[in-house]
This record gives sequence, structure tokens and C-alpha cells, in this order.
Amino acid sequence: MLRYLIPLAIFLVMVVFLAIGLRRDPSEVPSPLINKAAPTFRLPQLKEPSKTFSAADMRGKVWVLNVWASWCVSCREEHPLLLAYAKTGAVPIYGLNWKDHREDALAWLGELGDPYVLSVTDLDGRVAIDYGVYGAPETYLIDQNGTIRYKQIGAVTEDVWNDKILPLVQQLNREGAAR
Amino acid sequence: MKRARLLLPLLLLGMVAPFAVAQVRRARPVTNDPALEQRLFNLSKNLRCLVCQNETLADSQADLAEDLRDEIREQMKAGKSDKEIIDFLTARYGQFILYKPQVTPTTYLLWFGPFVLLLAGLAVLFRYIKQRRELIPERPLSAEERRRAEELLRTRSRKETA
Repeated sequence: MLRYLIPLAIFLVMVVFLAIGLRRDPSEVPSPLINKAAPTFRLPQLKEPSKTFSAADMRGKVWVLNVWASWCVSCREEHPLLLAYAKTGAVPIYGLNWKDHREDALAWLGELGDPYVLSVTDLDGRVAIDYGVYGAPETYLIDQNGTIRYKQIGAVTEDVWNDKILPLVQQLNREGAAR
Repeated sequence: MKRARLLLPLLLLGMVAPFAVAQVRRARPVTNDPALEQRLFNLSKNLRCLVCQNETLADSQADLAEDLRDEIREQMKAGKSDKEIIDFLTARYGQFILYKPQVTPTTYLLWFGPFVLLLAGLAVLFRYIKQRRELIPERPLSAEERRRAEELLRTRSRKETA
């Protein structure tokens, strides 16, 4: 009896491992930055390069930092959603324009609409390295204390927004109000 | 045969062509400090390019890999040690960027799992062999068998002396 059960058990273990392993997206690298302080930066704004914006300016607020570029295909995919979510006013969305050309980025926003309170330009990708960015789009949710609470690798989808980001925003706002 | 003779140089050419392209792209101005470039190469061949994942940071031509190499270069120029640079990278990209992950509780399974499996396999093997051995009873030879064995031995030694 045992001699039949053992291969069966091995088979079942492999099925479980493969079922979990094959469903995971290998391009998604878990970020070590979750629950760590968001790296500080001061970068020129896309629309008004003479002005800068810093992550430190957002202290006391819950906000979203979305890494995008005009050359990024998936950014185009998530863009309509970002526009819609920006309109709800649930959480301010800021853009980090990653390794892009200013004219291309401006044309992109002009064509597709601008969901961002403002975008900053990271031409050489230095700030993106600090944030552990390795592909656009990536989206960070940062809390009142400047801590990264969530990172979405790849396009934000309706599920991600409704099930992950929005509940966290609401929870953080409640905690902030209680303090 | 004639066609085969033609095919070989073509095949070789096909094998060389991609490298030619890669060489052209690699001729990107770097620093004029060979020692630093060597150090960068030694360090980055143990780092994963996060875009291609199966390529090292030393080999990859991805944009991000170039940025990361620039970053490492600058940190090296600033006098940072290899360990400091690796800490910098793992703080941002996690252990995944290392082809040789550090030994931490989360990587125990990765590091020691194969040895545990090996030991388990050996244990199973020894148990199996022991069981098999017990299945074969040591039976003394009967008188008839002993006589036949002696006869066989005798005929063989006679042949050898002959």
C-alpha cells in the first residue's frame, strides 16, 4: 500500500508547488522598501522646470507616487484608470517621469490627459534607483510619515486600486485623523 | 557534401553576427580607469539585471543595467567598498539582485535545502540496502553443494597449471 502512496504524495506535493509557483509572476520582485521611509528627493517639475518638488513636501499627507514614461506601453494602459481615480479625489497622485524627454512627456500628457497633481522629471533615473524601480509603471503609496506602505509593480488595475490601494488610503486617513 | 561545405561557413557567420552587434553597442564610453572597470565587472557579474533577470548586470544592455552600472561606478569613485555598494543595492532591490544570496533565515531553505535532501536520500538508500540484505538469509552450504564447489575449484586449478 505504502509503495503506491509515496509516489502519490510526491506527485501531490509537486502539483501544489507548481500550482503556486507557475501562477506567480517572475517579473514581480518583492520590494524591500515596504514599510521603510520613502527615499527623499528634490526634482524639477515637468511643467515648470524652474520649480522643484520634494517628497518631504508631502509630510502629513497620504499620497501616491506613480512612475511613468511616454515610452512605456503599460503606462498607456493604466492611464485612463489613473485619470478616473484622480477625479475622485480619494488620494493625490504625483508622477515621477522616468528617463523621458520633456517634450515627449508633455505631449503624452497633452494627448491622454494629466491625472497628476504634478510630475517631476527624473532624467538620469537616479531617484528611480533609490525607489528600486526596475520597470514602469510602478506605483507607491506613501503615508503621512513618509513611509512606503504599498508598491504596485506594473499597471494599476481596478482590482489593485479597489482592493489594495483604496482600503489602505482610507485606513491611513482614519489613523491620521485619530492621531 | 558540397552543400555541407558551404553550410559550415554560413553557420559560423551566423554565430558570429550577434556578437558583432553586441560589440558595437558595448563600445560605449566608460571611464578610463581599467582597475575600476575591472572591479565593476567583478562586482556586477554577481548581480542580476532586474529587467532581464537571467542576465547579469555585467552582461545586460538594458537601460536600467546601464544606469545601475553608472551608479556603481560613481560609488566606487567615491571610495565605497563592494560591501557598501551591495548593501545599497539590496536595500533598494532586495536579495533578488544578488546571484549569490546572503545566508539569512529566509534563504536557509535555498542554501541548505539541497543538503537536507541529499541526507534524506542517503538515509532512504541505506535503509533500503539494509532491508534488502536482511531478505537474503545466510544459509550454510549443503554437503552436495560443497562437493560441487570443490570439484569446480579443482578443475579450474588444473587448467591453470596445464
